[in-house]
Amino acid sequence: MGGYALFVWPAYGATVLVLSLAVVLPLRRHRQLTRELEMIAMQRNRSQIT
Amino acid sequence: MTDPTGKRPRSIWTRRFHQLGSPPFFYNLVGKILPWVGTLCALCFAVGLYSGLILAPTDYQQGESYRIIYIHVPAAWMSMFVYLILAISGGIGLIWRMKLAQAIARASAPIGAAYTFLALLTGSLWGKPMWGTWWIWDARLTSELVLLFLYLGYMALQSAIDDRRTAARAGAVLALVGVVNLPIIHFSVEWWSTLHQGPTVTKFDKPSIATSMLIPLLLMAIAFQLHYLVALFARVRTEILDSERRSAWVTKMLVPS
Repeated sequence: MGGYALFVWPAYGATVLVLSLAVVLPLRRHRQLTRELEMIAMQRNRSQIT
Repeated sequence: MTDPTGKRPRSIWTRRFHQLGSPPFFYNLVGKILPWVGTLCALCFAVGLYSGLILAPTDYQQGESYRIIYIHVPAAWMSMFVYLILAISGGIGLIWRMKLAQAIARASAPIGAAYTFLALLTGSLWGKPMWGTWWIWDARLTSELVLLFLYLGYMALQSAIDDRRTAARAGAVLALVGVVNLPIIHFSVEWWSTLHQGPTVTKFDKPSIATSMLIPLLLMAIAFQLHYLVALFARVRTEILDSERRSAWVTKMLVPS
């Protein structure tokens, strides 16, 4: 990088990290929430049966 | 002509629009197209990075350091574009109480904040070797920092107010007032003297950048736009699921009995 590696690569590294997190974190949160709500709905179903 | 219910008959387009605005429909639609947009986005990034870091020539003045442009400029453009979306969808949510618009505004804020942060960070990493300083309090840099604070203020407001509808309304007002900052950012390099260079692409003349450098920049700009869609879709689905957790359609979808 012609003597500028210390500036160019951190810039690209930070960008890759932040952009990945912006997608991965909400996807993970979505999966957690789905599981949580599934559990609640199933418990409610069970209490209705008994 | 009126139908028995006394409502005006609606055209197919009005119905389509209303369908798109219904949370369950949007939730399912977005879930289906998310993987495709994600693939397209990854492809765009691959081609954009390859052409920007390997194919594009070295700058005769700035050497290799100019390659930061391929992330700095798209991030800065997106920081302003997402703010515009935040203000418009916030405004729609404010006027018509449209739940989907409120969810889009709420989901956009952290993504816009991320782009703003990246624009400031990469700009700083570019400024040090070229200007000899990480930061100066000039109009361009300061107004972009104000944009970051607007995003953070919006997010703080959302988490401080428990009632979603009140939070959406308060946030929309803040977002709309903050729009005044957008032209300030854009024209700051022309209105005030600054270290920051003037617009090279977004002006009415021919862009003052070589085509071999412009093409990777535009590819990266498209990749960033697609990234916004992917991040927004992922976030807005979580938003919808969370706010509609007590609705019948959510229960039916999760536990089909």
